[in-house]
Amino acid sequence: MKKNLLKNEGVQSLLASLICVVLGLFLGFVVLLFINPSGAGEAIVTVMKNFLTYSKPATQMKYLGNTLVKTAPLLLCSLSIIFAYKVGLFNIGAAGQYCAGVGLALYSALAWHLPWWACLLIAMAAGALLGAVSGLLKAYCNVNEVISGIMLNWITLYLVNMLLTLVKEPTSPYTFQLSTHGAQAMIPSLGLGALFNNNQYVTLAIPLAIIVAFAVWIILDKTRFGYELRATGNNKNAAKYCGMAEKRNIIVTLIIGGALAGMGAALLYLTGFEQWQCSTSSVPAMGFNGIAAAFLGGLHPVGAILASFFIQHITIGGAYVDKTMYCAQISDLISAIIIYLCGFVLFMKHVMNKGLAKREAKVSAKLAAKNEEKGGDQ
Amino acid sequence: MLLLLLQYTLTFSSVLILVALGGCISERSGVINLGLEGIMVMGAMGGALTMRYMSGTNSGIVIIVMVLLISAAVGMVYSSLLAVACVNFKADQTIVGTALNLLGTAGATVIVKAINTAANPDDVSSVIQYMGPKQAFLVKMGGFEFNWFMAVTAVALVLVYVMLFKTRFGLRLRACGEHPQAADSVGINVYKMRWAGVLISGALGGLGGIVFITAGVSEWRFEYGVAGFGFLSLAVMIFGQWNPLRIALSALLFGLFRALSNVYMGFDFLAALNLPSQVYNMMPYIISLVVLAFTSKKSRAPKAEGIPYDKGQR
Repeated sequence: MKKNLLKNEGVQSLLASLICVVLGLFLGFVVLLFINPSGAGEAIVTVMKNFLTYSKPATQMKYLGNTLVKTAPLLLCSLSIIFAYKVGLFNIGAAGQYCAGVGLALYSALAWHLPWWACLLIAMAAGALLGAVSGLLKAYCNVNEVISGIMLNWITLYLVNMLLTLVKEPTSPYTFQLSTHGAQAMIPSLGLGALFNNNQYVTLAIPLAIIVAFAVWIILDKTRFGYELRATGNNKNAAKYCGMAEKRNIIVTLIIGGALAGMGAALLYLTGFEQWQCSTSSVPAMGFNGIAAAFLGGLHPVGAILASFFIQHITIGGAYVDKTMYCAQISDLISAIIIYLCGFVLFMKHVMNKGLAKREAKVSAKLAAKNEEKGGDQ
Repeated sequence: MLLLLLQYTLTFSSVLILVALGGCISERSGVINLGLEGIMVMGAMGGALTMRYMSGTNSGIVIIVMVLLISAAVGMVYSSLLAVACVNFKADQTIVGTALNLLGTAGATVIVKAINTAANPDDVSSVIQYMGPKQAFLVKMGGFEFNWFMAVTAVALVLVYVMLFKTRFGLRLRACGEHPQAADSVGINVYKMRWAGVLISGALGGLGGIVFITAGVSEWRFEYGVAGFGFLSLAVMIFGQWNPLRIALSALLFGLFRALSNVYMGFDFLAALNLPSQVYNMMPYIISLVVLAFTSKKSRAPKAEGIPYDKGQR
């Protein structure tokens, strides 16, 4: 019997994610209706259109480039979450690891004047160090990694503010412009910028992020090391019984997760796209949006690529809504609704499987009835 | 100056106690409630809006009661999102909790901005001011400003302790968190108990939220959420080993450090150290981390927390 396409795990995840997205956008539309009925339809379309709002294809490409620039860090943050989740850990400290990456990437670029790849590696090391702290606390002191992650997020935020105050503009709370003070650290564009209508921020950060996504997939699914990590996540004690060093695995996982988040930070800030505001009072949202992208992508590294692009697409789209009627946070609201709905994915798959089983039962019952009729002749 | 420190300590401790008690009840019933930050923000928004729309003409006691009731009610309604997902649909409690945090901050910002813009098209901020009604909560005793919220916290502490350890309901609640299958076998409706646990934690979280935003300030910018206080309360809960009295003691410790960051300028020996203000901001989190590192080894969480209840399993 031909295997029903719907039974494929991957297809089910994709369908479930699509349902979450459509429902999320619809609920966002309902919220917009509540706020101001007259412009709601147009607003939700604006959020979805994002860069397509512009009429000329050249401008569209340029703003598509902007969306891609911010997709790369989001993708890496979501990979950080996915990697840790596969091992049974919820790396909510990714936001702090991202923050640490920002701090050290910018500092090494602006104060130490290092080339871009050195800054990238230092940022990864910073994130990895933070991850190691969470990992050590979890492995040896049994501290829940969610709590230690949150505490470290805030500690890192204040430390980074203190650090980057040393390299900021004298009159504003923003750090120095990378193009003027640290041009040697800007990620090379290798001609990619020309593809997007000379968008100077599009660099090889984007293909690098995609390569890392595939690397994470290969490590987790196709190597022995990845298998050990996943086994530790499924059942810590069973893994220990088999001789896997479960304490070491936890620490290594969080180190890798931290390095991924730190890399994401470097890939954004070393393009010169944004500057850090030294009076930032809350942990940057990129780490938390990474959670949204991770779950929307069905916790699969390749799915995360698409999910990150989508989340970033609607986040930036939110900035184009008519400010007199709505606020830009509407896209944060839609993202949050989508990840809430992602919690129901297991239930959705259960419903899909039940529906399929019922149909199969009906089909086989019909077949059995037909055979019974024929059986009389045999 | 010492009185001011005491005042701030009691205020911040009240927030931590209320929210940690909420988390404690929810986890004792078996549902990890990571969405406390979102619940705090929503409750705070409800309370702040109440204060804004009630002018000073209402008597003090009416304002106090209305604000408390509405904050708790909004918190309860919001936490029902967690309950329905985790208890009825068996979703992963960590994800749903995190989703509620993001949803709470975003939702509150959207709602407040919408209300502000509707009132005055030029006002696109997410700030709510409530100077007037806030005064109803304060009672000056000498140099010390006693806030009615502190009394509410003390009452809540006693009520929760009595409920958890001296009533039949509390016993059944705790059973659902330790071994829900056993509880089910004697006829306790585990779903109803877990719903109750989450709703109570929502009410307490909402109360904690409104106490937080009225601590010392007369307006609040809702874009900032609650600055990680929800998670700080979770740390207090773990340090307090899910026991109301120990939670209160830990909350006082953390509240003290948090209060220090507001008033350190008034102490000569601290001001002389010339530490940047960021260090004081970091203090509560660093202390929590250190304390947790030393006390989590023997941590005894409710055994069945975080595991969605499945009637079919043994």
